Amino acid sequence: MSRAAGTRRLHAAAWWVWALGLGATATRTTNPILLLFIAAVAGYVAVTCRDRTPWSRSYGAFLRLAAIVLVIRIGFHVVLGGVAGPTELVRLPEIPLPSWASGIRIGGAVSAEGVLHAAYDGLRLGVLLVCVGAANALADPRRLLQSLPGALYEVSVAVVVALTTAPQLVASAVRIRRARQLRGDLRRGVRGFTSLVVPVVEDAFDRALSMAATMDARGYGRAGEVPAGVRRATGACVIGGLAGLSMGAFAVLDTTAPDVLGVPALVVGGVLGFGALRLGARRAIRTRYRPDRWGGAETVVAASGLVALVGVLVAERTGAGTLDPVFVPITLPDPPVSAMIGVLVALVPVLVARTPVRSRASIVTATRKAAA
Amino acid sequence: MIRFRDLSLHYEGADHPAVAGVDATIAEGELCVVVGPTGSGKTTLLRTTNGLVPHFSGGTLTGEVTVAGHSIADHHPRDLAEIVGFVVQDPRAGFVTGTVEEELAFSMESLGIDPATMRRRVEEILDLLGLDQLRDRPVDTLSGGEAQRTAIGAALTALPRILVLDEPTSALDPRAAEDVLAALHRLVHDLGITVLMAEHRLERVMGFADRILHLDGPGARIGGPGEMLADSPLAPPLVQLGRVAGWDPPPVHIRDARRLAGGLRERLTVEAEGGSGGSSGTVLLDASGVTVTHDGTVAVHDVSLQLRAGERVALMGRNGAGKTSLLWALQGTGRRDGGRVRAGDADPAELRASDRRRRVGLVPQEPDDLLYLATVDEECAQADRDAGAEPGSTRSLLDSLLPGVPAAAHPRDLSEGQRLLLVLAFTLAAAPPVVLLDEPTRGLDQVVKDRLCTELTRLAAEGHAVVVSTHDVEFAARFATRVAVLAAGDVVTDGPATEVLAGSPMFAPQVAKVLAPLPLLTVDDVKACLP
Repeated sequence: MSRAAGTRRLHAAAWWVWALGLGATATRTTNPILLLFIAAVAGYVAVTCRDRTPWSRSYGAFLRLAAIVLVIRIGFHVVLGGVAGPTELVRLPEIPLPSWASGIRIGGAVSAEGVLHAAYDGLRLGVLLVCVGAANALADPRRLLQSLPGALYEVSVAVVVALTTAPQLVASAVRIRRARQLRGDLRRGVRGFTSLVVPVVEDAFDRALSMAATMDARGYGRAGEVPAGVRRATGACVIGGLAGLSMGAFAVLDTTAPDVLGVPALVVGGVLGFGALRLGARRAIRTRYRPDRWGGAETVVAASGLVALVGVLVAERTGAGTLDPVFVPITLPDPPVSAMIGVLVALVPVLVARTPVRSRASIVTATRKAAA
Repeated sequence: MIRFRDLSLHYEGADHPAVAGVDATIAEGELCVVVGPTGSGKTTLLRTTNGLVPHFSGGTLTGEVTVAGHSIADHHPRDLAEIVGFVVQDPRAGFVTGTVEEELAFSMESLGIDPATMRRRVEEILDLLGLDQLRDRPVDTLSGGEAQRTAIGAALTALPRILVLDEPTSALDPRAAEDVLAALHRLVHDLGITVLMAEHRLERVMGFADRILHLDGPGARIGGPGEMLADSPLAPPLVQLGRVAGWDPPPVHIRDARRLAGGLRERLTVEAEGGSGGSSGTVLLDASGVTVTHDGTVAVHDVSLQLRAGERVALMGRNGAGKTSLLWALQGTGRRDGGRVRAGDADPAELRASDRRRRVGLVPQEPDDLLYLATVDEECAQADRDAGAEPGSTRSLLDSLLPGVPAAAHPRDLSEGQRLLLVLAFTLAAAPPVVLLDEPTRGLDQVVKDRLCTELTRLAAEGHAVVVSTHDVEFAARFATRVAVLAAGDVVTDGPATEVLAGSPMFAPQVAKVLAPLPLLTVDDVKACLP
């Protein structure tokens, strides 16, 4: 049993809203106290609430990636310079560059203020990665895909299959590379490449055919009868919706475009697109097994992430505490109180996601009764 | 329930029809096993029952197939999902979703069954197949037997009246195979589901079968297991024993045979064998303390093994007991975390790959991994170059192992047995004194297995040491002089085949089960002891 007993699996989208709320909070500040606090909150929730599943194990990889980002950011600053400051830590030998490259510097003085600036900046990006990693660990991306509207079912199945088979492809490449040594065939270059790729591709084709046969035999791809008129209307809605959305987006971003094109086109495109999804779903006769339901707990989790974002926005407006600390002179920045409180609220999922739910047995009896 | 009426199927571009003139009727609630040599069209026949052939794969079908009154000519596989549940040969290749529970629900989702019913049926199927402990497990972490039961469950959730399976136990160790067969038995007996399955390992399924559909060349015969197998070249050892002993009809259950065996046992004169351990040959490979770990788990633990010239060793044990890791570590290409291996005067792991294979050859579990050229001839020529052998030597090795493999054929078009012997020829081209084979008997029919056994025995007689890892107890009984059993990475038994196999509840071959306590393993042993 991979799920901790008595805890409920929350809707995948709730976790992503929560994590993106925290991530957005992180992008609005370089205050290390706030950033580390966000990372701690995201990390604690991820470790406490995650399932024991393969994708949740990827959290470690995200943490490592965040650390690498931080190191690279500081490394670049040390070598290429940037913010200068009065406190010189070390003076690297400077490589003289021709005059046309003025403004670029390699080596030279490294100031404590500059290193600190780079560290804060790298930390911001790193914390964003920690938040995304937390979402990935907490919610199977496959379950997020399953919540797509029925009209996009085929697309979501294709992505799920790809997610399943990509690791298999890697495994079969590793296996075949190893087996090739048994033939004593150690050629490199194009010929060596063929001897690796041909079996890998053949293997993948065999598996794909086998999977297609099974899916066909299991009823996948059955389509409901839809009148021709509805089919045409769906097509028109898809095209109209896409046109409206792209025109609207262009007009909103381009300040020279007339105002009538912007928001109205977006609205019309949105409505048409929504209609296309609803109409398209009429063709799909499929139902969904145990869909993730959006309940009170989901709203609380998603809201707690957004509260963190609101907290930092309030801090921006009121100016209480420091969101972007100064480096000259080096001082410990004040923590922005409202932002800290907001991030603290993002710990709420630990309480919500751990509430016990009805036991499996009672669910079974309940559905049996419902069916009877 | 299933009716084949003069069914023939011809794939485009093939010389012969894949199936010809099959006339058979399978009644409701029967368990029918399709048998026949490799290439006799078992898979094709199974796939016609839900229209995968010809709708999915192409080909020209003549005659008629009806399932529960529906003709497959005008129904697509997806329209027959509630009537025929289909399980492909490698269940893992058919998994669409992430976890066992979602996999069970997938067909019902496609069929648009309402959520409450879906929920109820998933729970019922979980209980029926003993999968409830595995419900949240990601499908790629399941063992072979668990994956097979999950695939069966996934086909069953649509409540089909017919279940079709293509070699459901071929990759499983004896215990996992028994779990799967027991589950099928329950479906047939408790739920009245009609089961049609192909299987090479007849000794396993014969006792469960109501009817045998025997495909042999053109046409097919159908009947009870005893009468169908009495004169078949594919007969399992129990039936062969019946022939030798003159029991008519031949028994299909060990229990029946034991009841008949009293007289036979008295007629046999068994001479006490004086240690067939084969300790006389020179040591070709000497391994001590071999340890292999994968991601922190110990796959092979402190294994010591000596292989001598002329020895035929069977390496047995559950799926995941460490057999494959051990063979790869002995060959030197695989990982080894501790211990030492000497093949002749060197450690194969320290040699270049091309020198390593001159000392220890290994035929991997998936021989296809080594094939990448367009024709058998090109592959053989490349193998000559890889081994630094005389041009043509691989081809002549192949001809001695199995004459008549077409030179211009694409290796992927060969049968499983032909591909295996082709790769064995590649391995032998480098003339290694030690030859290791990892699960070579998977998917081979009785006739090809006999051939493999004969050839491997000949190699051993020529002075090679031959090691075969296998789940196939009957093959091990016929081939091996020595059996080593691995469990959780340790060698738990290593001794003469007669001692290890005859006394084991899991690994005893049929003849030993019938004639216990006599130390006889195969029908040939019995023949030799008859006056």
